[in-house]
Amino acid sequence: MAKKLLEMRSITKEFPGVKALDNVNITVEEGEIHAVVGENGAGKSTLMNVLSGVHPFGTYTGDIYFDEQLCRFHDIKDSERLGIVIIHQELALIPYLSIGENMFLGNERKRRGRIDWNQTFQQAEEYLRLVGLDENPRTLIKDISLAKQQLVEIAKALAKDVRLLILDEPTSSLNEGDSRKILDLLLSLRKERGITSILISHKLNEIAYCADRITVLRDGSTVETLDNRAGEVSEARIIRGMVGREMTERYPTRPNTIRDEVALEVRNWTAYHEIYTERKVVDNVSFKLHKGEVVGIYGLMGSGRSELALSIFGRAYGTKISGTVIKDGQTLELYSVPEAISAGLTYVTEDRKDSGLILGSSIMHNITLPRMDFVAPRGRIDRDLERRTANEYRDALDIKAPSVEQHVGNLSGGNQQKVLLAKWIYSQPDVLLLDEPTRGVDVGAKYEIYQIINDLAQQGKAILFISSELPEILGMCDRIYVMNAGRIIAEFVQSEATQEGIMECIMQQSKGEIGA
Amino acid sequence: MSSLRTVLRNNLKQYMILFALLAIIVAFQLMTKGMLLRPMNVSNLIFQNAYVVILAVGMLMCILTGGNIDLSVGSVVALVGACAGTFIIAWGWNSHLSILLCLIIGIVIGAWQGFWIAYARIPAFIVTLSGMLVFRGLTLIVLRGLTLAPFPSAFLAYSTGYIPDLIPGANLFGLRNSTSLLIGILIAVIYCISQIRSWFSRRKKDYEVENPVLLALKLAISSAAIVWLFYTLGAYRGVPMVLITVGIILLAYSYFTSHTVMGRHLYALGGNEKAARLSGVKTRKLLFLAYVNMSFLAAVAGIVFAARLNSASPQAGQSFELDAIAACFIGGASAYGGIGTVGGTLIGAMTMGILNNGMSIMGISSNVQQVVKGLVLLGAVAFDVLSKQRIQLDFIPFLGRRAAKHQESAKLEG
Repeated sequence: MAKKLLEMRSITKEFPGVKALDNVNITVEEGEIHAVVGENGAGKSTLMNVLSGVHPFGTYTGDIYFDEQLCRFHDIKDSERLGIVIIHQELALIPYLSIGENMFLGNERKRRGRIDWNQTFQQAEEYLRLVGLDENPRTLIKDISLAKQQLVEIAKALAKDVRLLILDEPTSSLNEGDSRKILDLLLSLRKERGITSILISHKLNEIAYCADRITVLRDGSTVETLDNRAGEVSEARIIRGMVGREMTERYPTRPNTIRDEVALEVRNWTAYHEIYTERKVVDNVSFKLHKGEVVGIYGLMGSGRSELALSIFGRAYGTKISGTVIKDGQTLELYSVPEAISAGLTYVTEDRKDSGLILGSSIMHNITLPRMDFVAPRGRIDRDLERRTANEYRDALDIKAPSVEQHVGNLSGGNQQKVLLAKWIYSQPDVLLLDEPTRGVDVGAKYEIYQIINDLAQQGKAILFISSELPEILGMCDRIYVMNAGRIIAEFVQSEATQEGIMECIMQQSKGEIGA
Repeated sequence: MSSLRTVLRNNLKQYMILFALLAIIVAFQLMTKGMLLRPMNVSNLIFQNAYVVILAVGMLMCILTGGNIDLSVGSVVALVGACAGTFIIAWGWNSHLSILLCLIIGIVIGAWQGFWIAYARIPAFIVTLSGMLVFRGLTLIVLRGLTLAPFPSAFLAYSTGYIPDLIPGANLFGLRNSTSLLIGILIAVIYCISQIRSWFSRRKKDYEVENPVLLALKLAISSAAIVWLFYTLGAYRGVPMVLITVGIILLAYSYFTSHTVMGRHLYALGGNEKAARLSGVKTRKLLFLAYVNMSFLAAVAGIVFAARLNSASPQAGQSFELDAIAACFIGGASAYGGIGTVGGTLIGAMTMGILNNGMSIMGISSNVQQVVKGLVLLGAVAFDVLSKQRIQLDFIPFLGRRAAKHQESAKLEG
């Protein structure tokens, strides 16, 4: 058996009123990739915060051994000194500083008290080469893609002489191709430099792909540690550990709900970038949604999926927009979001915290916001009616909160997502443009959201389902459009669509572009 | 039915500032040997603080949009006073028409600043800092550096006058102005009836209603406070006209923020601008209107203040913006927007007013007074921020990220 690099013994951590971690044990061997999985709220992030010193020694009970030495971390600096580096899901890079400056932030290359810029950028270049990123270290962070930023974070960790790299959801906002690159980098870092990593992820296929061992947390306790060195652990096996039961059906079945009437038709839709107005982000897109139909749009990050939906939604994004939107046989001229909402369209954002919810406000106020007129007869808000309405939606979508007065910021990710859906279902739409409706929620909540979508389809709503998770698209959609570089490049019906077919379609397109 | 405890817990913050205000009143009442609440001083307090309350209400609307403040209000107060002085004293125009014209000037100033802030997207801090200089300068130009005085009584009546005693010689309970007491009783009765009626109608519709004992207690305390205030005013010269102006403004804006769609949109804008925009809130228009409204109220305050000084002075309104901002923050408004109430702002303004007045009666030097007021502002906001830091930090970009992470883990695992 390999040498133990890290051992956490009977870690218990309590927050006021709740036990977040209850006697958790985890052992990480030198040179392995160790995955930590669990539903939202299982205790993954808390465990990593204890390990990295975000929750300092004394606020938890139990022991941490690193290199068989008992450790007492009082802050992040303490753990970093030993080579434990954590990369958070929301990247901690400063957009208006260069790659090089970010890489050595807090770890500056100094000579006689002054920053040595030559050394900074020279070393930055070496680390960039190490992670396979071909960028000038003087480029500003804001000018590179999210996937590349993730690589910069890893390079930054390497610059700190990392021995144990902790990645919290490193691929949550990346598409499959970019995600694969990150995972392959972890594999090669392990092989070539012996770097041990802890990987936290919701994407079970990735874990099955690269993890050596998998520790499953549930409700703040360790359930089991699975050995995946032979690559034999299946996703179903992991899910069973996480939810404590076998999930045979990952996607609820929906009877055929498609009606003949076309609910929404978009013809020759073109939109340009808001700032770089000569760049086309949506290029001559045409598609149809029938009533009761769930139509998927799959595309890589930056393929123009969100921009397409947003520009249709009352031109909330883009400039020089042209094209026709026809709803129920009538051409719509939508120039603002309120117009789009009253025309029966909704756009459910991919980023609930940034542009979906008002976190400091109550569930009730969030839900009623898009159509205040429903609860304000004659212009006066009827608070009792508002509360009653909000309660109805809380019950209908099974949002777990003691009261609709509860602040949304205090809910778990899955429940926040349900509030976001509740808000838009409340607005009585005929067409829902759902942008990544299951991002950052756990397996159980995902299933509930799929069920909500099925219910909506059954009611005859037309649904555009944008996602970067292929299995979800294949499992949920009646028809699938594939988008790349602002264009729709293919259309599949569910029975003909396969993961390989769709990926191949995109790869061929992308190859063509790179070659050109 | 909600019990006393849950009601208290849910409104803890509102009650905290109210209790703090009561504590300050009691303390000064004792330290000034009863001078603070003497009829003449109560009347004075109203005159001294009317303009702060008016400005603070306007400032709250700006702060709600996302922590934006308006630094120009002191200068706008001065400019409007200068215009009123020029129209009425120098040119001899009709007082009523001049007041109307002054209010329009306020709206035009607001539209100027609102345009740059909402449509040109220049930070409010910079636009209003510019306004502070520009309008102060214009004041000096209009007045040529001189003070104009005195105003005719028609102009003063709106702000420094009292509601006359309709039944002179009645001397109810030995009051100089019995009408005042009757007005107070009338207001208390109307208040109680409306509350009780809404309670019954809600119960009929099967909505959740508060505990009747609690309601009775609330009504008794509020009515007693209202009747006491008007009784005290009656013991001096009656109800100041300006109290009517302030009262109407408070009621109107309180209704606006809590019961209108646009008021709710204001909170949404401050809570998360992007989310509000994607929910159909017209964010730019709202921001524009908040600043138009601010300058309009600054014009109202300018007229009230000019009447109180009975002159148009180029130095009028210095640092009023700071009093108004302080009142909002002491009253529980969030510096990041989206949180704050008109009631809280009133309490904040009263706290500052009573501190000023009480310390002056005690003969404490104005230098020390400034120190005390500064510390009270910091203390009030620090208490607020620290008591719910977890939610607040979330709204600060980057700095909040780690804290948000922190908080998220706490809550996710919870």
